Amino acid sequence: MTATIDTSTEARPGSPVRLAGLRRGYGQVTALDGLDLDIAPGELVSLLGPSGCGKTTALRIVAGLEHSDAGAVFVDGQDITKVPANKRDMAMVFQSYSLFPNLTAGENVAFGLRLRGVSPAERRKRSGELLELVGLNQHYDRYATQMSGGQQQRVALARALAIEPKVLLLDEPLSALDAKVRVQLRDEIRGLQQRLGITTLFVTHDQEEALSMSDRVAVMNDGRLEQCASPDEVYTRPATPFVAAFVGAMNRIGGIASGTEVEILGQRLSVTQPPEVPAGSKVTALVRPESVLISPAVAGTVRVARSSFRGPVTRVTVELPDGTEVDSDLPSSAAVDLRPGALADIRFAPEPVMVIR
Amino acid sequence: MKFRNRQRLDVLGLLPFLAYVVVFLGVPTVSVVVGAFQDDTGGWTLSNIGAAAGDPYLHAFVVSTEISALTAVIGALVGLAIAFAVSASPPGGVLRQVVSTASGVLAYFAGVPLAFAFIAAIGSQGLVTRWLGALGLDISGFSLFGFAGITVVYLYFQIPLMVLVIFPALEGLRPQWQEAASNLGASRWQYWRLVGGPLLLPPFLGALMLLFANSFAAYATAAALTNGIIPLVPIQIAAVMSGNVAVGQENLGNALGLGMILIVGLALAGYAWMQRRTSRWLR
Repeated sequence: MTATIDTSTEARPGSPVRLAGLRRGYGQVTALDGLDLDIAPGELVSLLGPSGCGKTTALRIVAGLEHSDAGAVFVDGQDITKVPANKRDMAMVFQSYSLFPNLTAGENVAFGLRLRGVSPAERRKRSGELLELVGLNQHYDRYATQMSGGQQQRVALARALAIEPKVLLLDEPLSALDAKVRVQLRDEIRGLQQRLGITTLFVTHDQEEALSMSDRVAVMNDGRLEQCASPDEVYTRPATPFVAAFVGAMNRIGGIASGTEVEILGQRLSVTQPPEVPAGSKVTALVRPESVLISPAVAGTVRVARSSFRGPVTRVTVELPDGTEVDSDLPSSAAVDLRPGALADIRFAPEPVMVIR
Repeated sequence: MKFRNRQRLDVLGLLPFLAYVVVFLGVPTVSVVVGAFQDDTGGWTLSNIGAAAGDPYLHAFVVSTEISALTAVIGALVGLAIAFAVSASPPGGVLRQVVSTASGVLAYFAGVPLAFAFIAAIGSQGLVTRWLGALGLDISGFSLFGFAGITVVYLYFQIPLMVLVIFPALEGLRPQWQEAASNLGASRWQYWRLVGGPLLLPPFLGALMLLFANSFAAYATAAALTNGIIPLVPIQIAAVMSGNVAVGQENLGNALGLGMILIVGLALAGYAWMQRRTSRWLR
């Protein structure tokens, strides 16, 4: 990834994309239920959600590989809903390796250029440059089966970039790779996307991928958009209980509502949005594990159920007097004395929490 | 050491198969090859080869090759079209199961039963011939016992065989390849010209060779159907081996058999070469 980028692959103004009221159903199943989403030029937006939430359907509709029952897709302000896939000027990197097996890596990258009538010499030059861009210039003559999964996905990325698409579509391109390669390629894709300024729609079910790569994360559930915001906002200020529960780990702790505050285990915390319930009502507070502070105490009120070492952080699970289990992510150095069975005190970081009925 | 002993024991399981191949393929092949170069007294000679390379046997080779090539090409094209249509149907659907099962049965339905079935159906007094006659469509002029008749009957097992052989290749074409090509700007035609076609060509040509060999080696169907009227090589071999033509011509039969081995071997070598070409992409 140390290649010098050819000037022709330098950033060009990305294209704005708008999805307006996209609907798609398969028999009785509703895959998309009125999806609205605006993507700014050069922005990378992740569609994040559980399997079956409609994120891949949305991506395929944008690519023109599927049609929508209603709604429209706009690129550069033009309605392209009825434009066939091969006329959309978009490029997609698929989840499974989609390199053409009868073509070498170089020929794969040059495929789109060949369709556009680029001369063989120019194709060779451009595909070589793009392979260099993804760090595979030595693999020009290799077939797909002669490369690793990560290398194949790099070639697929180079192939997609070769046609200088208006929009880059990534359909879980890292999910088939092992963890180390996935993290490496994740950073490389983001770096390239930012350098080239291509508007990118990225589908993933991996929240870490979405949070680390995106300008904005669009969390989907049951064909609907739950929240679309920056990774930080999605994590720290989830708009709905679903987003709170889906993005990152979340404890659900019983408490008592009190206007703009909630009392949990004797501690009063402000709430992100007051619940529509009378003061004194029982509610459930959603608290991140990193906001739960556990400390050893001989006369503590909670008991350590188990602990799980995760490198710099140790997840300590304690049992409340009512039997509820609460997770806490502590610096590993602070969790040394919190062995299973030990008594401890519990406190919460003074941050606003989400409350549900 | 234990692992090596275990491997040796595992190989023992192959012995029955190897014995079968040696007894029913190896020994007869060697016998045919050696016999082709021997006279009645066991002395070495090229006269059998010379006779086999001249008429009427050369004509038999030509007719066999023509019928085999024709039924292979028609069978391959029609079988490909059927397999293509079926591959577009939903996986696990009824159509796939029906076509797959039917092809498995029909591809091996040959010989006397097949000949009789055709005679009973579209022979001059066949059921279908009479029904069509009653409807004013006279097909009694079509003879099952000539070149065209044998071609039609052979296609009955060639087409299903093609479906069986080519279907896995069609299934191996991933939908993502077409989607990726389309995404990069390819029309349907461009996808087939640049990706789908080149990927399918080796297995298609390989299957064509297989169909040719299958037709070339067929004996019972043609023998039952034409009673030797059409001079196919297997029928000629049967004639000389059974002494119907002249006594003591077994070695001429061996020479004809050697010719068949060479032609079928050539076709199968072509098949193997095509398979190797495909595997270049799979290494």
